[in-house]
Amino acid sequence: MSEPPARVPKAGTHCPYCALQCGTVLSGGEGTGVTVRPADFPVNRGRLCQKGWTAPELLTAADRLTQPLLRTGDGRLAPASWDTALDTVAERLTAIRDRYGPDALAVFGGGGLTNEKAYLLGKFARLALGTSQIDYNGRFCMSSAASAGNAAFGMDRGLPFPVTDLRSADTVLLAGANPAETMPPLMQHLDRAELIVIDARRTATAQRAALHLQPVPGTDLALALGLLHIAVVDGLHDQAYIAARTRDFEPAARRAMAWWPERVEETTGVPVSSLRRAAHMLADAGSAYVLTGRGVEQHSTGTDTVAAFINLALALGLPGTDRGGYGCLTGQGNGQGGREHGQKADQLPGYRSLTDPAARNHVASVWGVAPEDLPGPGRSAYELLDALGSDDGPRGLLVFGSNPAVSAPDAARVVRRLASLDLLVVADFVPSETARMADVVLPVTQWAEEEGTLTNLEGRVLRRRALLPPPAHVRGDLQVLHDLAVRLGQPAARYPVAPAEVFEELRAASRGGRADYSGISYERLDAGEALHWPCPETPEPHPGTPRPFQDRFAHPDGLARFAEVDHRGPAEETSSGYPLYATTGRVLAHYQSGAQTRRVAELLDAVPEPYVEVHPDTAARAGLAEHGHALVSSVRGSMTARVRLEPTMRLDTVFAPFHFAADGRANLFTHAALDPRSGMPEFKVCAVRLEPVPGATP
Amino acid sequence: MNDVVIIGNGPAAHRLAERLRHHGHEAGLTLLGEEPEPAYHRTLLPHYAAGSLARPSLHLPPVPGARVHLGTVVTAIDRERQRVYAYRHGIETVHRYDTLVLATGARPDVPDVPGLREPGGGPAPGVTTLRTTADCDRMNGGSVVVLGGEPLGVEAASALAARGNGVTLVCPGAHPLHDRVDDVCGGMLTARLEAAGVTVLGAATAVRRTPGHLELSDGTTLSADTVVLCAGVTPDTRLARAAGLDVGAGIVVDDRLRTSDPSIHALGDCAQFDGQTLIGISGAHEQADTLARILTGRPAVHRRVPRILRVRSRAADLSCIGSPADFDRPGTRQITLTDRTRLRYARVAVRDEHVTAAVLFGVPQAIATIGMLHRSDRRLPGDLLGLLLDLPPRPASDSAGASADPVVCLCNHVTRQRLHRAWQDGARTVPALASGTRATTGCGGCGQAVEELCGQWARGTRDLVEETCPALSS
Repeated sequence: MSEPPARVPKAGTHCPYCALQCGTVLSGGEGTGVTVRPADFPVNRGRLCQKGWTAPELLTAADRLTQPLLRTGDGRLAPASWDTALDTVAERLTAIRDRYGPDALAVFGGGGLTNEKAYLLGKFARLALGTSQIDYNGRFCMSSAASAGNAAFGMDRGLPFPVTDLRSADTVLLAGANPAETMPPLMQHLDRAELIVIDARRTATAQRAALHLQPVPGTDLALALGLLHIAVVDGLHDQAYIAARTRDFEPAARRAMAWWPERVEETTGVPVSSLRRAAHMLADAGSAYVLTGRGVEQHSTGTDTVAAFINLALALGLPGTDRGGYGCLTGQGNGQGGREHGQKADQLPGYRSLTDPAARNHVASVWGVAPEDLPGPGRSAYELLDALGSDDGPRGLLVFGSNPAVSAPDAARVVRRLASLDLLVVADFVPSETARMADVVLPVTQWAEEEGTLTNLEGRVLRRRALLPPPAHVRGDLQVLHDLAVRLGQPAARYPVAPAEVFEELRAASRGGRADYSGISYERLDAGEALHWPCPETPEPHPGTPRPFQDRFAHPDGLARFAEVDHRGPAEETSSGYPLYATTGRVLAHYQSGAQTRRVAELLDAVPEPYVEVHPDTAARAGLAEHGHALVSSVRGSMTARVRLEPTMRLDTVFAPFHFAADGRANLFTHAALDPRSGMPEFKVCAVRLEPVPGATP
Repeated sequence: MNDVVIIGNGPAAHRLAERLRHHGHEAGLTLLGEEPEPAYHRTLLPHYAAGSLARPSLHLPPVPGARVHLGTVVTAIDRERQRVYAYRHGIETVHRYDTLVLATGARPDVPDVPGLREPGGGPAPGVTTLRTTADCDRMNGGSVVVLGGEPLGVEAASALAARGNGVTLVCPGAHPLHDRVDDVCGGMLTARLEAAGVTVLGAATAVRRTPGHLELSDGTTLSADTVVLCAGVTPDTRLARAAGLDVGAGIVVDDRLRTSDPSIHALGDCAQFDGQTLIGISGAHEQADTLARILTGRPAVHRRVPRILRVRSRAADLSCIGSPADFDRPGTRQITLTDRTRLRYARVAVRDEHVTAAVLFGVPQAIATIGMLHRSDRRLPGDLLGLLLDLPPRPASDSAGASADPVVCLCNHVTRQRLHRAWQDGARTVPALASGTRATTGCGGCGQAVEELCGQWARGTRDLVEETCPALSS
């Protein structure tokens, strides 16, 4: 057989990691190795960070999962055929359901799953399993911004404008966001603006700021109230805008009146003069944006904190205008799309509410079932994990695209809950810490091996394209769901395996919803159209909605809402036994639980091990020196970490990244206090003490 | 049942009511306020007086489930029968209590100066104190003279000046706050106030007021459409005294905020705990939080509140920690910094790595940080001078900060050595270095640094060439 010399295969796709979804071109293939180069795509314009450059290495990770694994009688995970694995899962799911009812089965999804996977996973949970118990790790990521955004604007689209709009900003307030590390190519859009950065640490982003406000962890809400206070007292608020485009300013402003600058200084540790300067920099700018990130969102008061920053943006007359706006910097790759299509405990596709009868009718008709067949809302992510194996909690759990044994708060407790399950099934492409605990492990495809769509942080729907076929014996998640559903007695046609086919169904299910994708098609996306939702199907192709709030907000009356919020403080205060605040976060070289990035040599080389950042005085007082090993302990548990002395840290605060496993998990000490509205855990503040690791040289 | 009656409807009383509800207090909750105005932020009165804030903006949010009687003047407490007698619109009302809380606040002092004080003891027409909204409504614009060197005088004068009023601040000492700050700091404070449009007259007191004018002890006469008295306040203990409770400078309370009658508590400006009175709004909030816990059966003990005087004025950034006497306590180390050019001043007394007293002026970061460390009883940083001068933090002596091979491009973790190797291998331009090492391809922030290295290495080569073979470089 003679073939013409093969052209090197190429695929225009996007980076597998964060929500910026940098455009990339992959080339090469099996044998020759895959290379990536950044594309001239608007969000990254030819740039890429180290994670993106090295992403192909993950395709050939040494311990890549390439066949199903089944826990044997002696406790080992041993290779099994797909049929055996799927039959086992289906049988055991059925047995649990027969004995305890459908809510004894649960699904835990991820914000990295494509829209198609997220959609089908929600449908699978509700129809094939019949359970209300489905949620996902996006609850740990975007939920506070989502609930605050929905309340304020009637719609949660992370950035209600393209990131390129930021290029014309004069002032940008980054509240608890560190894009210089978490999405570096975004920084080029912030080159022109003067940055105000609110962060308990002097991050890479804070180092570039014109003004860095460095509050005590857990006091961002007071800080935001203080900025609104100054805006009102100094007459910086836009009264015409407030009257024309908003409601409920008075009660919100009344709460802020209690936060005069000196009181905010006392609570946050941020000097009064810096507060005044921040408020005036925002108000005096021709164009200003307020952006929030996980730093202010991952709190038991996260929703209210985001609401307080939205209040500030509204008072200054920014959202929905040409003068600026408010947005949140979504974290995970499909953090936006993943929260719209039904893997969230209380949602149906199209960002519809599971309790809205009209929404239930619509989705039930698309799915060909009766509305009453749809279960109601289930537990939020941490509540779900915490209920596993308990008397009224789930006994069987399917995990797709998530690693809660590392990423969930109070991780030791979550691991105990996972261990108490009758059945744990994990679909992943590497043996994550959660997969290693599973009874059944299902090897699935990864980014360069699959087709689909993701929705980036600006609400733009993007195509993920395959460069390579998956390794033998690796299946797509859609195929896995299909195979399981059929074994559970579902009609085969109900679970399409082709991404394009699933997308067609998603379009129909989202039609008329808040996140309406019905006017978007693979054809339009493949033709290069930039489509931001909502994009309804219309006689003339709808152009999409890059800036949804320019004329009106998404509430029925078209007005944005101020929220009456007040500062409450963190769930756990420091004490004599636990005198320091601990905050957790991300480093440039790693992504989320690190299951992927710890397997890339270059990234592991850049940041090889867990560490704790400490002010030199605080370290010395705890008997610790540079490069020594510390125990960082809360009442819940201890993390072991290498000490890094960092003179820019607050004396009362330590920082640890959460990307590492085993006793290097920062989540061993974090607090699972939840935001009452979003279910977001308090990752960003708890009380700890520092001590040398017993026996180790300091 | 534990019906709670609070005498007073100021910020401390309001906070207590709010916290009681927060902690699940279900029984009766009654507040008796003397003013006709709903509870409001007294702290913001200077802004109201200056016209920066409208009256409704001052109001505190209503506390659900609390009965608030406004315009109600309490006349007596019957401890035996646990009743409070009051008048409202001329009608006597009676309020039964299980627990009574006195939050009667403080009364502003009105100096006994001809023309300033009415025979009844209140301020004369054209003269006002600054304790209530009604006081502010007595101001009639034009030229304003603020009397008194207390913090409130400084705050009122600067708020009024910020709105363009002609304001003179007359203080008995050489400068405002003369009993808290020395002449150096006082001089800076005066300079800042003057720059903000306040005329400061030190070492002067009022001797007589005639309509439109105020005569001072130094013989000058000021034009004064309104005279604002900020000459201090006195805890209002009248009801407590009449009811036979222990009263010193304030109503004496124990660490459960109980008066000498166990069913009567007191908090805020009217109370005296461990010798402390007039503890300010932060202290009052703290007491309200503690008392709400105590009254709802939670474990709580009141402790002395850290004494921090933080002046609320945009003209001058000033904070005083502790009392002047605290500077002289044995075993303290004292540090004083004076920067006359930039009007910065710091005087700090330190013992066992803790600040015991401080006067801080014009040093915003130090004011915020040291105040917080003092409040939470934490140790000062080793580099106290750096903090006072707001210097960038020093790298730790044993830190890897001065790494031999620093990371130049964070986004792609490219070190200087790696760049240099690539340069030696022929990547002599920024784009060449970028494609060889990926430096500059992430956020782009290191572009300039890479360009500079490029130039430096190029010059280095040239220098080397010149040294070894001058003929080649000419």
